[in-house]
Amino acid sequence: MRSLVIGGLLAGTFLFAALLSFVWTPFDVTELDIAARLQKSSMEHWFGTDHFGRDLFSMIMVGARISLAVALVAVGIGMGLGVPLGLLAASRSGSLLDELIMRSNDLIFAFPSLLIAILITAVFGPSALNAIIAIGIFNIPVFARLTRGGALSLWTRDFILAARVAGKGPLRISVEHILPNITNLLIVQGTIQFSLGILAEAGLSYVGLGAQPPTPSWGRMLAESQTMISFAPHLALYPGIAIILTVLGLNLMGDGLRDITDPRIRRTGR
Amino acid sequence: MKTLTFTAAMMLGASVAAAQQTELTLGLQLEPPHLDPTGAAAAAIDEVVYANVYEGLTRFAADGSVRPALAESWDISDDGMSYTFRLRSGVTFHDGAEFTAEDVKFSLERTTAEDSTNAQKALFEGIESVNAIDDTTVEITLTEPDGALLFNLAWGDAVIIDESDVETLKQAPVGTGPFKFSNWVQGDSIELVANDAYWGEPAKLTKATFKFISDPTAAFAALMAGDVDAFPVFPAPENLPQFDADPRFNVIVGSTEGETILSTNNQNGPLADKRVRQAIAHAIDRQAIIDGAMFGYGTPIGTHFAPHNPAYVDLTGLTPHDPEKAKALLAEAGFADGFTTTLKLPPPSYARRGGEIIAAQLRNVGIQTEISNLEWAQWLEQVFRGKDFGLTIVSHTEPMDIGIYARPDYYFQYDDPVVRAMMSGLASMSVPEDRTAVLQAVQRRISEEYVNGYLFQLAKTGVADVRIKGLWENSPTQANDLTEVYWEE
Repeated sequence: MRSLVIGGLLAGTFLFAALLSFVWTPFDVTELDIAARLQKSSMEHWFGTDHFGRDLFSMIMVGARISLAVALVAVGIGMGLGVPLGLLAASRSGSLLDELIMRSNDLIFAFPSLLIAILITAVFGPSALNAIIAIGIFNIPVFARLTRGGALSLWTRDFILAARVAGKGPLRISVEHILPNITNLLIVQGTIQFSLGILAEAGLSYVGLGAQPPTPSWGRMLAESQTMISFAPHLALYPGIAIILTVLGLNLMGDGLRDITDPRIRRTGR
Repeated sequence: MKTLTFTAAMMLGASVAAAQQTELTLGLQLEPPHLDPTGAAAAAIDEVVYANVYEGLTRFAADGSVRPALAESWDISDDGMSYTFRLRSGVTFHDGAEFTAEDVKFSLERTTAEDSTNAQKALFEGIESVNAIDDTTVEITLTEPDGALLFNLAWGDAVIIDESDVETLKQAPVGTGPFKFSNWVQGDSIELVANDAYWGEPAKLTKATFKFISDPTAAFAALMAGDVDAFPVFPAPENLPQFDADPRFNVIVGSTEGETILSTNNQNGPLADKRVRQAIAHAIDRQAIIDGAMFGYGTPIGTHFAPHNPAYVDLTGLTPHDPEKAKALLAEAGFADGFTTTLKLPPPSYARRGGEIIAAQLRNVGIQTEISNLEWAQWLEQVFRGKDFGLTIVSHTEPMDIGIYARPDYYFQYDDPVVRAMMSGLASMSVPEDRTAVLQAVQRRISEEYVNGYLFQLAKTGVADVRIKGLWENSPTQANDLTEVYWEE
């Protein structure tokens, strides 16, 4: 419970910052002020300024928007495609279709996820949209597997048998009875994938394949600060901390959610 | 035990070498694709082999002047149509073959041949014939007088090679220079060793290693750790003050031939309109770019010409930073609401950082840019060969390259009969004052036509161990001449 609260607070803070950045940031992040570059933290610039004189605090805020949006939509793609595929595979368990779906998932799984993402963005050109697609694609098999696994164990249960006796088809059973019973699994996994998505987005933009300038992104801020780290460490520190805290927050949230929703853990009294 | 002795011997060997200090490791950012400077445009080739491995009839000295190299002296006929070069005798190639007039004939004819892949073929098109009169005398006949021939022959693209080595030059170069090619570990380094049979003053170093480090952070670490002794063009200007403050290092800031420009596709949509290009020129704040992208290193330019050249005209006053005027010009051209174009950026920090600054400056006057960061290979493919771009930022590092404005098929596609006429007239002039007058007229013309956005002259920002002497301060051509380099005791 405690991890859920701490995680929720951390993730919530960044979500709030991201939403706030739509209506207000202390400074305009596309406005350069070369004369005011590389300033340390001050009352005016809370986190200091970068090598172009942009306000770092504002950039972190807008960067949060990019990171969260990319990760959220990517998880959405993964869930939106992975869950139906998993349900379909489970409802036809053992059939050729099941094999086809799961083996193609294995194929995607066989590649390291960030490698696929780099491949996709390198082929289709770097942009936030392509980063979303790339991260989304490697989220599909995660959800497809989880869904199929959860659904298979349900298919043998009596209430499903009852539904079949009542004349419901596999599709209806999947949607009406299976899906609601694996929602908690999906939410927990979704939260964790969300944090992985943020890491992946940071990794992609670090190598220049994420959101393109002038849109700020945490990964690129890190990459650009690299040569200046010895005399302006704050340039790397703040985006780095932002990534850590967001990922940590989401992971804690995921843990907390699992503790609450998983009946087995609840029974053992953890 | 055997291993131990071996290791000890190696350590002993290393410490002896360190005491004598006749070996040098030089850091370079780009690895050459191959090592034949007569076959490709890549500057990285000349940065390894020019004056070290290969030599031409003439050569550039550190101050940019043209000096005799393999040619001892020359006579020019009164009509300027024929040059007679007297070659040095007793010169041998690294493989032992003798250097003769036939090699000169072969090399130059190969450059001008129909199927030549020479990157500067256009420079030598005026050569009608090359005749080997005897072993040490060569006569070059021209189709029309060319006042720049001696200068052009000093380019790395005109070095002399031996016919028997042509097939293997790319991997194992054989020249006449003070250093011999020894080893190339692809992706890591190239080793040269001193040529004992060199015709001139032998090199002071016994071995030179060129180490390729593309990442600026790694370059910083390599210098700090002593893995490389010098970085003639250090890729991250922001680190220079740190090296400057460190007594172990010397920061050498010199000039280069690199005119860094906002290259504009003169045939691309709104950019074909001169008023739009003028608006862009006024939207740019050069000093902000120099400060923001290069941390203050660089000289503003107003045309495509190196400021240290005596013929340079300072035209920066023609297009001062004036966003209001830029907006007015855009409105006059029918783009009151601005327009969107592409800005394709190659990897160097002058381009990547400069690009972000220029994008912001253009945004201020209503021009939106879609930035895409490209690797060099992609940039050459899309921008240089494909001409698929609106704007790009690149440094033209060849010396005296204003002639590219007379080539309508060059990647920025500037088609102007006036400049073409001026440049073709230039070729037949050998009186220096006349040449200067024409060069200045061309500088003014391209500046007043706002062909490209002229930003700044790239500074050569080198970092070297304080004990190293004899490195070139300036960069009159793409080269790291190690002939005079030595370690001070």
